[in-house]
Amino acid sequence: MFISKLKQVLICLKAGRVTLPYPYEPSPPPEGFRGKLKVDIDRCTGCAGCANVCPPGAIEVTDIGKDWRRIQFNLTNCISCGRCEEVCPEKAVKLTDKFELSTNTKEDLTVTIEIYMDTCQRCARCFKPEHPLDKMMVTGFRQ
Amino acid sequence: MSSILKKCFKKSIWVYHANASACNGCDIEIIDALTPFYDVERFGIKLVGSPRHADALLVTGAVSRQVCPRLKTLYESVPNPKLVFAIGSCATGGGIWFDSYNVVGGVDKVIPVNFYIPGCPPRPEAILFGVAVALGLVDKKVAAEYLKEKGFSELIVEQITANE
Repeated sequence: MFISKLKQVLICLKAGRVTLPYPYEPSPPPEGFRGKLKVDIDRCTGCAGCANVCPPGAIEVTDIGKDWRRIQFNLTNCISCGRCEEVCPEKAVKLTDKFELSTNTKEDLTVTIEIYMDTCQRCARCFKPEHPLDKMMVTGFRQ
Repeated sequence: MSSILKKCFKKSIWVYHANASACNGCDIEIIDALTPFYDVERFGIKLVGSPRHADALLVTGAVSRQVCPRLKTLYESVPNPKLVFAIGSCATGGGIWFDSYNVVGGVDKVIPVNFYIPGCPPRPEAILFGVAVALGLVDKKVAAEYLKEKGFSELIVEQITANE
């Protein structure tokens, strides 16, 4: 019995330390991990495709007046499925590998972007012109 | 808040794990954080079997209507001062069940929540980080982001200055 205990000690010593030293050393997630999303505002065209496919309905699109469109990403509901990244035609939405999202207020878990858009002369709904200079032309024409 | 917590929770923090109609994903991650690989017992965090022994509640899952009164009773039976962690997207805001007929939608609609740990499911490291934030050992790493594109007037000003 004593010998078997000794054998157990040997096995334990061979294994060494297995506990992850996480809080003292960073523990990067594996490749392909989907965490907090990141939006590139210069690429976003405000098509709201991400809001259409979002399974938890975490993306809200509202038009403020005629020229501004606000897109709010509520990370409280986000399940990191990556559908918004898949459907985005301009690749403006990216899921980063940030996972330390703990907070004491829900307001910290929102990403809000406001995009300047043109107004259609016929239906008065917002749309994004192809070139940034075009929107100056169109709005100037309207005024 | 954190200074009060530092005084109140100087010693080991004992947690009670409450499953409020979760899919078991977050529960498995909590249990994963309690294994020797992550070893939270070195920080004094210990899972207890009764809410009356607990300092903190780990609530997972979007709260369904059946479990709602039980969760209230559970919250009342934890002695003061107490901490409530909402773990997972379902617990923080309803997740994909936000519009289901049998779901209240988020733990904060039933009992007051101190800390939110979103993720579907959150990594065991994220849960450890959340508890560390609650105890005031580290600062939180997220803040509300607000981005605004340049408007018409700003673009005009830019054009004029470029021409000059």
